[in-house]
Amino acid sequence: MTDAPAPMLDVRNLEMHFSLGGSVLDRLRFGKKGPRIDKPVVRAVNGVNFTIERGEIMALVGESGCGKSTVAKTIARIYKPTGGELRIDGEDVAEHDFAQMLPVRAKMQMIFQDPYASLNPRQKVRDIVAEPLLQQTKTTAERREVPKKIEALLAKVGLNAEHAGRYPHQFSGGQRQRIGIARALSVTPGLIVADEPVSALDVSIQAQILNLMKDLRDEFGLAYLFISHDLSVVHHIADKIGVMYLGFMVENAPRDVLFSRPRHPYTRALLSAAPSIKENRDKEEIELTGEVPSALSLPSGCCFRTRCPFAWDRCAAERPALRDVGDGQTVACHLIDEPERDVA
Amino acid sequence: MTALFQSEFFYNYRRSSSAMIGSALMAFFALAVLLGPFLVAQDPYDIAALNLMDSYKPPVWLEGGDPQFWLGTDGQGRDVWASILYGARISLFIGLVAMVASCFIGTLLGLIAGFYGGLVDSVIMRIADIQLSFPSILIALFLMSAVGTGIDKVLIALTAVGWVVYARTVRGSTLSEIEKEYVQAAKVAGLPNHKIIRKHVLPNVLTPLIVIATIQVGTFVLIEASLSFLGVGVPITQPSLGLLIKNGFDVLFSGLWWTSVFPGVAIMMLVFGINLFGDFLRDELNPRLK
Amino acid sequence: MMRDTVQQKLLEVRDLRTHFHTFAGTVKAVNGVSFDIAAGEVMGLVGESGGGKSVVGFSILGLIDSPGKIEGGEILLNGEDLVKAGEARLREIRGRDISMVFQDPMTSLNPLHTVGRQMDEVLRLHSDLDTEARHAACVEMLESVGISRAAERLKAYPHQFSGGMRQRVVIAIALLARPRLIIADEPTTALDVTIQSQILKLMRRQIAEKGASMILVTHDLAVVSEMADHITVLYCGNVVERGRTRELIEAPAHPYTRGLIDSIPDLSNRHERLKQIPGTVPDIRNLPRGCNFRDRCPRAQAICAEIEPDLMPQRGSLSAACHFPLSPGDTA
Repeated sequence: MTDAPAPMLDVRNLEMHFSLGGSVLDRLRFGKKGPRIDKPVVRAVNGVNFTIERGEIMALVGESGCGKSTVAKTIARIYKPTGGELRIDGEDVAEHDFAQMLPVRAKMQMIFQDPYASLNPRQKVRDIVAEPLLQQTKTTAERREVPKKIEALLAKVGLNAEHAGRYPHQFSGGQRQRIGIARALSVTPGLIVADEPVSALDVSIQAQILNLMKDLRDEFGLAYLFISHDLSVVHHIADKIGVMYLGFMVENAPRDVLFSRPRHPYTRALLSAAPSIKENRDKEEIELTGEVPSALSLPSGCCFRTRCPFAWDRCAAERPALRDVGDGQTVACHLIDEPERDVA
Repeated sequence: MTALFQSEFFYNYRRSSSAMIGSALMAFFALAVLLGPFLVAQDPYDIAALNLMDSYKPPVWLEGGDPQFWLGTDGQGRDVWASILYGARISLFIGLVAMVASCFIGTLLGLIAGFYGGLVDSVIMRIADIQLSFPSILIALFLMSAVGTGIDKVLIALTAVGWVVYARTVRGSTLSEIEKEYVQAAKVAGLPNHKIIRKHVLPNVLTPLIVIATIQVGTFVLIEASLSFLGVGVPITQPSLGLLIKNGFDVLFSGLWWTSVFPGVAIMMLVFGINLFGDFLRDELNPRLK
Repeated sequence: MMRDTVQQKLLEVRDLRTHFHTFAGTVKAVNGVSFDIAAGEVMGLVGESGGGKSVVGFSILGLIDSPGKIEGGEILLNGEDLVKAGEARLREIRGRDISMVFQDPMTSLNPLHTVGRQMDEVLRLHSDLDTEARHAACVEMLESVGISRAAERLKAYPHQFSGGMRQRVVIAIALLARPRLIIADEPTTALDVTIQSQILKLMRRQIAEKGASMILVTHDLAVVSEMADHITVLYCGNVVERGRTRELIEAPAHPYTRGLIDSIPDLSNRHERLKQIPGTVPDIRNLPRGCNFRDRCPRAQAICAEIEPDLMPQRGSLSAACHFPLSPGDTA
């Protein structure tokens, strides 16, 4: 019996809750029954499950407040998860401390959304790109190799050696994203978490960066967790897609399945809302009403019921679980059981 | 150097008359302070060089004035001009040292409060609030009654009050910098917290401090002058400009105005110059929105 | 029959030049831009960042502050040249004849005044209605932009609304005085896609109902293809192509437009590799000689580096500024 290699990323019941309101002193309130300490909690991520194999690109989509960025940052261990398991290349790192995380950081790196805030304005490009690598090098011999590696990396992302000595403000948005990508590649990771990497770029530059990311995946066998709100970008780059709403994953499917047979009403609404340059692209019209509820007080039962055109009383009583509906597609929606209610 | 002269900063500097006047005044005092002792014949604090016969000579343009003492002399025959130069040294020394100490302590505390947040942040900020409710004069009085006067006591009093503005500013900047993605990238790269603070946060919060520090020198000069005027500042053996004003104050209303007024004018010009330049710096270093 | 050819031009912009004189050189943000809009039409003004499109909008309203200045050209609103109009005249026009919807709903409303007061202000300035009539008009307008319990909401402050709601308020304010032209500068870029879709539908309805015209400034070709009747494409301060929407999108004449369209990942595309426009936008302070696009253009020849092409009619409704324009079916 041979063991299949563990997935590059295996997330089970991942939870990330933030308590708001500052320290104890700031949360002190004086009510009718005497002093008390308030504990407002933002439930940003609520039990998310998915895996990513080596070389696979998984996208997480959703609108603002859905928790996709928080998932990304929790996986990158910028935050420590408040619940669940987080396996990177087989190893559960959810509870790791700083020293235990350090070797894991050679396997996983991140690229960020804002090309203007993701590079330290006071550091030269070569220092920025070398930073993750330098944390992993122990001997002087290794450290001496670093400048050469940096040069090679810059070339790989389409920059040249003379750029190494410059500062970020001397580069355009697209070039800065390339620097960020070079930085992530410096430790030759197996997984790159990409948090909206092209959202802040002009359309023509977006294409360059997306092509670059795909080429790097083909060359190095990288896995990506690709966060985006833009369905058309995701359609282009992802192998499979998870749709998030209010911290829950409501649907997860391979790309072609999701776009041709979306099951969850929210996914269908997203697809219907996306503007397209092609005339009369044939799309279902689902218009959502209202606004997204606050993550401070989640609706009971299904998180989407307050805006769902199909919701009925079961949706308020019972939270739907993510269920397999075949072809690698999972959906969390009661309509699966009662499809006759699916009338616009 | 050439980069400075070709920079946008210098371009705007040349177009701002207030900046140039301000820095001219500052340069004047800097020179006076450095070269002062060589420019005046008399060391006003060398008793042997004084001559009581020279006492209370008015400025040279008034009747009874002596060209050797162009701004006049005080009760002991000290040249007012020389006293100003020596006094400015002390005033500036106090202002600069207190500024540096305040900046160091305040920045450190501000970084810690902003980066770690939570209880540490609350405690540091409450201490800062308490500190601010004590005027430096009160602290100096307390110190004097406990351990006597002296330049070091003045420095302590000034620093005790001065660190708060740095801490608050740095804490604010830190709070906003740690949300930025390059700090998160450093975490993902595996940098320990102290390195993140030192290499990433600190260099990016320094800019507003330049303005605060510049203007604070002027503020400290003034506070020290008040302290000395009230007698809880520098000792008589090392008179600052403030103490000079006080010394001359006693005879001010008998018409011997120059021993008090000229040191006062000197303080005013020094602080005015600092403020002018500081205002220019503040506008220049303000990050412009794209 | 005659009526079609003599359509009343609401706005004619002729050779507009707006330059910014900064420390680092003169930025020719808008350098010879011309276009027309007829009553009831929506024009998409498309380009990437730095292309000058926002500056065009601000120039029309006379909102260019030093170090920027309108250096030349004409902006004719029903024949009246706004470039020559004084500040007093422009103030009459702003809000009443031409109004603007800005990009960021978080900052385009005054946080210190209630929404009702900000709406009322527009009517006070630009209409003769009395207090009650103004209140009624505000309530009606808020309801028509989809904000329920409008009378109550008028007393609320901007921070009590979400982003999408705020943008509806901004649109309501822009429509209140029944302007003939609305300039919408990236009105939905900061919004989620489901909210964006609601807002765009709302704007389309309002424009149709009130017979207003709109300039929709955006970098998003998909949005513009759903909203605009005709499109003007800007690159580095110049118009590189102009024409009716479907014609331009299906078979553009200018290589830049072609490149833009090809680099958009679209849900119906099945390319494995997105076509990308090589290189980067040139430094706008140091534009190359000849055509601005030549360093990135796959069709560039020697003449492109020497002579700047003029905007010339090509085929159908399209005009392009190119020495070697594309024919339909060309893939550049």
